[in-house]
Amino acid sequence: MRYEYLMNGGSLHLDPDACVGCGDCVDVCPHGVFRVENGKARIEDRGACMECGACALNCPASALSVKAGVGCAAAIILGKLRGTAPSCGDAPCAGKDQAGCC
Amino acid sequence: MIDLVRKPAGPAERQAGFAALSELQVPWIERFLVVRGRTVPVLRTRLSPRDRLGAVKVRWGFGRGAYRVLPGLYAAGKPGPDSPVFVTANYKLSFDALRSSLAGIDGWVLVLDTKGVNVWCAAGKGTFGTGELVSRIAKTRLGALVRHRELVLPQLGATGVSAPELARRTGWRVVWGPVRARDIRPWLEAGRVKTEDMRRITFTLRERLAVAPVELVHSWPLAAAGLVLAALYGLPADGSWSSRALPAAVLLAGLVPVGALAFPALLPRLPGRAFSVKGAVLGAAWAAACAAFFGLSPTASASGILVAAPVTAFLGMNFTGSSTFTCQTGALAEVEKGFWPMAASLAAGLVLGVVSRAPGA
Repeated sequence: MRYEYLMNGGSLHLDPDACVGCGDCVDVCPHGVFRVENGKARIEDRGACMECGACALNCPASALSVKAGVGCAAAIILGKLRGTAPSCGDAPCAGKDQAGCC
Repeated sequence: MIDLVRKPAGPAERQAGFAALSELQVPWIERFLVVRGRTVPVLRTRLSPRDRLGAVKVRWGFGRGAYRVLPGLYAAGKPGPDSPVFVTANYKLSFDALRSSLAGIDGWVLVLDTKGVNVWCAAGKGTFGTGELVSRIAKTRLGALVRHRELVLPQLGATGVSAPELARRTGWRVVWGPVRARDIRPWLEAGRVKTEDMRRITFTLRERLAVAPVELVHSWPLAAAGLVLAALYGLPADGSWSSRALPAAVLLAGLVPVGALAFPALLPRLPGRAFSVKGAVLGAAWAAACAAFFGLSPTASASGILVAAPVTAFLGMNFTGSSTFTCQTGALAEVEKGFWPMAASLAAGLVLGVVSRAPGA
């Protein structure tokens, strides 16, 4: 099943000139956002991007950038209350094994 | 904290010394392997009923703080210098998922100190990160045990670990394994070729409900508040108090299971993209159904709906943290745009509730 949220992938940017076509972004992306064609990566499904930042962190050519952060309203609210960036607080968040929690 | 590579005196003492450490007297360690003058705990690859019970408990939010394992190097089967190294977090559910997937596989297991948080969350926070990996490789002197320089990491760790940076700093190469540990065996058997399914994160009904109990447990103050409101709504405390308080109690306290269980179950079917919108629709529907069932007055019904919608909108919004596809920009927009409408709806609902109980209403 394909899920889509709000403003998915809005901050994801791929510089095709810098891309070396290694496919590492395809390998780390859990949402199938990228595809390599003719030796260059391409954003194929921006709407599925959750901006986790895995691709940018693992791009050997620094061709990718994304404003990564936890997509967690509770962390955002906590950050707002404390006047900080979105924060999960000190307690490790609830027992979420596969789900992407804060 | 005791590191697993601490050096005891001779081989026999090594065995005895390690077995005596209380941190290593745990049911998931089967025996100890002495290799190259080192003692490495060997993992059981079968989960015990206790492990399974622990998983259920932690899903319900009990004993989470202590649900961690000692970071360091472990063995699965009879690993040698060419065996693969699997990296995981020291959250016991993550660790259990990995070791139970390694039955019949000879390998090393490197457990990072993620403060008892699962791989993906810890990667998002940076504790399952390049820095911790670099220091854990050094602390465990992993390089002395294996001939290769390759680590198999769970794919979701890529949010915290930078493979290019690790290679620059240490010379170790990352192989991104499947998202789910249970795919490790088919992945190895296929010659380490990941299928599209092994690479994708999912959010099935089962997965959505697995993360629901914790939300349910955390929401008890909301349920309590609902019951108090319902009790007040029923006043004065005459003979028909319960006939007024009971419907209100069902409607209000019911919002917690509706928002924390029905919401995740119905997530893909609820209208809208924003979780707050989905939640508001669900809460309003619940309140309307309750109002119809109990035959509430139009004012009381409107009050119930206006109170219910923001409560479930809030519970729904909080579920973004458990979901596998929400991004921060969207969550931020939802929090900022949602606050005032939610507050206004709640206030209007409470006022209407009082009005509906006024004499002559």
